[in-house]
Amino acid sequence: MTIMKAVRQDLSEAQRIGELHAASQASGPAGAAHPVIQVLSANKIFPNGTQALDAVDLNVRQGEFLSLIGPSGCGKSTLLKMIANLIEPTDGRILWWNGGPGRIGSEGSRLAFVFQDPTLMPWARVDANVRLALDLERKATSMSDTDVAARIHAALDQVGLTKFARSYPRELSGGMRMRVSIARALIDQPDLLLMDEPFGALDEFTRNKLDLDLVRLSWERRLTTLFVTHSIYEAVFLSTRIIVMAANPGRIHSQLVIDEPQPRDEDFRGSPRFAQLCRDLSRMLTEASNAGSPQV
Amino acid sequence: MQDPRKFNPKTLPLIQQEWFQRVAAPVVVGATLLIVWQAACHFLQIPVYLFPAPTDIAHSLVTHAGLLFQSLKITLLVTLQAFALATLLGCLTAFLIIQSRFAEIGLFPFVVLLQVTPIVAIAPLIIILVKSTSLSLVICATLVALFPIISNTITGLRSVDPGLVSYFRMKRAGRLETLMRLQIPSALPFFLAGLRISSGLALIGAIVGEFVAGTGGQSAGLAYQILQSGFQLDIPLMFAALVLIAGLGIAMFFVMSALTHALLGHWHESAMKEQR
Repeated sequence: MTIMKAVRQDLSEAQRIGELHAASQASGPAGAAHPVIQVLSANKIFPNGTQALDAVDLNVRQGEFLSLIGPSGCGKSTLLKMIANLIEPTDGRILWWNGGPGRIGSEGSRLAFVFQDPTLMPWARVDANVRLALDLERKATSMSDTDVAARIHAALDQVGLTKFARSYPRELSGGMRMRVSIARALIDQPDLLLMDEPFGALDEFTRNKLDLDLVRLSWERRLTTLFVTHSIYEAVFLSTRIIVMAANPGRIHSQLVIDEPQPRDEDFRGSPRFAQLCRDLSRMLTEASNAGSPQV
Repeated sequence: MQDPRKFNPKTLPLIQQEWFQRVAAPVVVGATLLIVWQAACHFLQIPVYLFPAPTDIAHSLVTHAGLLFQSLKITLLVTLQAFALATLLGCLTAFLIIQSRFAEIGLFPFVVLLQVTPIVAIAPLIIILVKSTSLSLVICATLVALFPIISNTITGLRSVDPGLVSYFRMKRAGRLETLMRLQIPSALPFFLAGLRISSGLALIGAIVGEFVAGTGGQSAGLAYQILQSGFQLDIPLMFAALVLIAGLGIAMFFVMSALTHALLGHWHESAMKEQR
């Protein structure tokens, strides 16, 4: 039984990747691939009266790397948390794989969230921290120990931390802890990866290195990623599409499609095209900040 | 050949090794105090019934060994029972209080009431109400030891990394799962700090209860020996009982410290050895 199931899962996995290839070939990264998430005129007013978001419409498409960037207070984190179903919109709605929040976690529609902090359990070793994702999904109980161990190993391997499986989080550097957090997100084979300024607290060198790893990972795994960032360079380097948001109230200002070949590498970071795109994005951000405060 | 760049603390002379310093320093201070005490009693010719010398106390400890250790056993038993009961009740109350807002506002004032009412004031009442003396002593000691466990465990269960809370919520973890996997491990350092305070308080509660109850005979604890030796002006015996009580308290503190170290040593700052 279990073998049959596993085979079927593998098949659907293969089909999905196949579809993805077809979609990205047919329409390019900005084309009309399957919408994974549809945000339909969602707005959010917090109980204290702050309007965090005003009628936001957004589609996240299968296979794209979409970044949200904007001045602080533009609601980009709020939007991300809404999509993660951590907060509810005051008005409007969100569709996950054309369904309600009940679709999250069902077959072929898994969410993984990487927070700004690694949010690891300090009392548990790295492998146990990664395993938590399986434990909470109640998958570990239906899998054999060797399968679980293999999954943990594979997840740690993707972030280059297999040697540190038995370490405690406090023994790792900030960048390594963040990698563990990413491994915990990847072990569940998510269909959508949500990241909330994951590398914001790291130094630039570590951040660049992790960005490079993320580019490789999302290409290899054909991940659909929604990424919140403050950094223009990071957004341009990683994304296939960037949404620029404006504040007071939070809303979508404009978007920038980065139609560059994948997977990107250090050469792209040094290219004149990269510099040009950063300048464009910077200009858009300035416009968005100016538009954001009409009362001043 | 040994690599000179590698620092090996084991090659240091004994006097510079850390474990030796840790043991030696208190021993030296203690021995000095004892010598000064002994010398003062001897040269100032302080009578034994006023302030006995350390040798008098040691002598009394040996001659009354049977009596004292019987009492020690009884006090220890009351203390341990009360400590176990306080731990159990404390945890249950804390779990209940964090589960609902109503439980918190309903229960917490009474928890505080329990804490602020002096045990000497309630002890006579408990001793009258409860038929069995040993049970009434256990209740007294439990009441004294309860508060730090409740209050620390609540603080601990609440001081959970908010990011991890969001993660658990996103994974739709149930209450029990969140409690077991997240809140209890997060609360452990606070809980253990509470246990360390409560272990001492349980002993105090047991002694105070016995002072009030004044149980003699077969079930006489160390407090009764102190009372009794006071009546008989057998001050060395009083000191001997005191030494045993202090020893008991220190032993419990060490056990709790060892437990803390065993449970937290690998991850929590409070229990880790200083890195130099």
